[in-house]
Amino acid sequence: MKKLINDPANLVTEALRGMAAAHPELRVDHENRVVFRGDAPVRGKVGLVSGGGSGHEPMHGGFVGPGMLDAACAGEVFTSPVPDQMVAATQGVDGGAGVLHIVKNYTGDVMNFEMAAELADGIEVETVVVDDDVAVQDSLYTAGRRGVGTTVLLEKIVGAAAEQGRPLAEVANLARKVDDCGRSMGMALTSCTVPAAGKPTFDLPETEMEIGIGIHGEPGRRRVPLAPAREIAEMLVEPVLSDLDFTTDPVICFVNGMGASPLLELYLMYGEVAALLEKAGVRVARSLVGPYITSLDMAGCSVTLLRADDDLLSLWDAPVDTPGLRWGV
Amino acid sequence: MTEVDGFVAWVRAFAASIESHQGELTDLDSAIGDADHGANMARGMAAVVAALDAAEFETVGALFKKVGMTLVSTVGGASGPLYGTLFLRIGTAAGEATSLDPDSVAKALRAGLEGVVARGRPEAGDKTMFDALSPALDALDQALTDGSPLSEALRAASQAADEGRDATTPMLARKGRASYLGERSVGHQDPGATSAALLIATAAETLP
Repeated sequence: MKKLINDPANLVTEALRGMAAAHPELRVDHENRVVFRGDAPVRGKVGLVSGGGSGHEPMHGGFVGPGMLDAACAGEVFTSPVPDQMVAATQGVDGGAGVLHIVKNYTGDVMNFEMAAELADGIEVETVVVDDDVAVQDSLYTAGRRGVGTTVLLEKIVGAAAEQGRPLAEVANLARKVDDCGRSMGMALTSCTVPAAGKPTFDLPETEMEIGIGIHGEPGRRRVPLAPAREIAEMLVEPVLSDLDFTTDPVICFVNGMGASPLLELYLMYGEVAALLEKAGVRVARSLVGPYITSLDMAGCSVTLLRADDDLLSLWDAPVDTPGLRWGV
Repeated sequence: MTEVDGFVAWVRAFAASIESHQGELTDLDSAIGDADHGANMARGMAAVVAALDAAEFETVGALFKKVGMTLVSTVGGASGPLYGTLFLRIGTAAGEATSLDPDSVAKALRAGLEGVVARGRPEAGDKTMFDALSPALDALDQALTDGSPLSEALRAASQAADEGRDATTPMLARKGRASYLGERSVGHQDPGATSAALLIATAAETLP
């Protein structure tokens, strides 16, 4: 294992220290491992709290700031944060208008946020669970679809709505609508190495790739021979398009890097994806390309499409000022 | 009767067992999960040991509530709420007692399992910790009904837990991260059932 670390046990703590040093506009609660926007709580504004395991940076701590999240809880690598952290975050962002928990659909995250909502006495908490990964069968026999790429778009859009002063119920409904309108599919060229484990989570030979992976180095749905980017794009776009009709509204198209794939390759992938969408009659209104929801040092990418009406598009375009996304400011 | 000290010895033995099986738990979790079960449980149980070192417990309830809260606060993932709730409910069931008779031990463990069910909603055969714990507690109840002393009944429970753990290997996972793998989860032993079998094994080794 070759990594820029001192001791795997201190990785998250030390990364948060660096984040605080690099972004004095944020306030980092080191004891609870929560990144707050500097002016939290904002009076009268719905507070947005997210969080999850570390290893997906810039999500979620990098999306804290005006126009996006009010606080993000950092768990250990690929491990949900604990309820104490979420309670501290919820109390720290409550400006009197209630708090929305944005939770990616993983068993641990859902259970810990559930316990936190029970423990956050006296604060009105709504929860949205993001589950957009079409690689997972949504059935009684699984934990349900995983929360992946749509989470990034949702935090941006819902963050803008909260910034406008919309009330909690409306913000929560908007979040659920974004989740309903987004679909993702991912793939990996390599595994990733969890620092505490010290070796790659799974073996993936030079000549093979995993289709339908999540963001934790968990193996995907199937392993296939390595193929050119054009064919990989088809393997990602086809299941997304066949899961939801994306021809009714314009879409936001998001090509995400898993951590180790260079932007050069991600733009190439975006070109392939855009060509497929045009052929399928899907009109792309906005795009996002880059590593925004990563899986440590995994190579690979995911494609997310979000059906976006005028309200969603104008919220997407609204100013945002965070370490990970910044425009209009 | 089992005194508070006896239960402290169990919790310490469980911590030591998790520590020595950390690599195995992580390897099992690498195959069908996200490679963190060993590290998370070891971190949580180390915090529990530190909490035991720092305090004296007058009642069985106070001891297990402390263990549960410490796990909820330090483990994260699904294991934190599940093991945390297990110990919290054991603590609630034990209440103000300073010692428990064998039937009360069994009842407290049963309350713990009910907590796991309430939190994670597992069913038999889902390939989870429930598949080790549920047969273990059934065996415990049966042995106590048959008149076995606690130590012998816990040995029967431990054997049932081990068999339940082994039986998870051919199962198709229907809960947690392993469920995303579908058919590919078949053929791998469940990490949660493995740590749960260690919990019962250490009870059999330590509880008088």
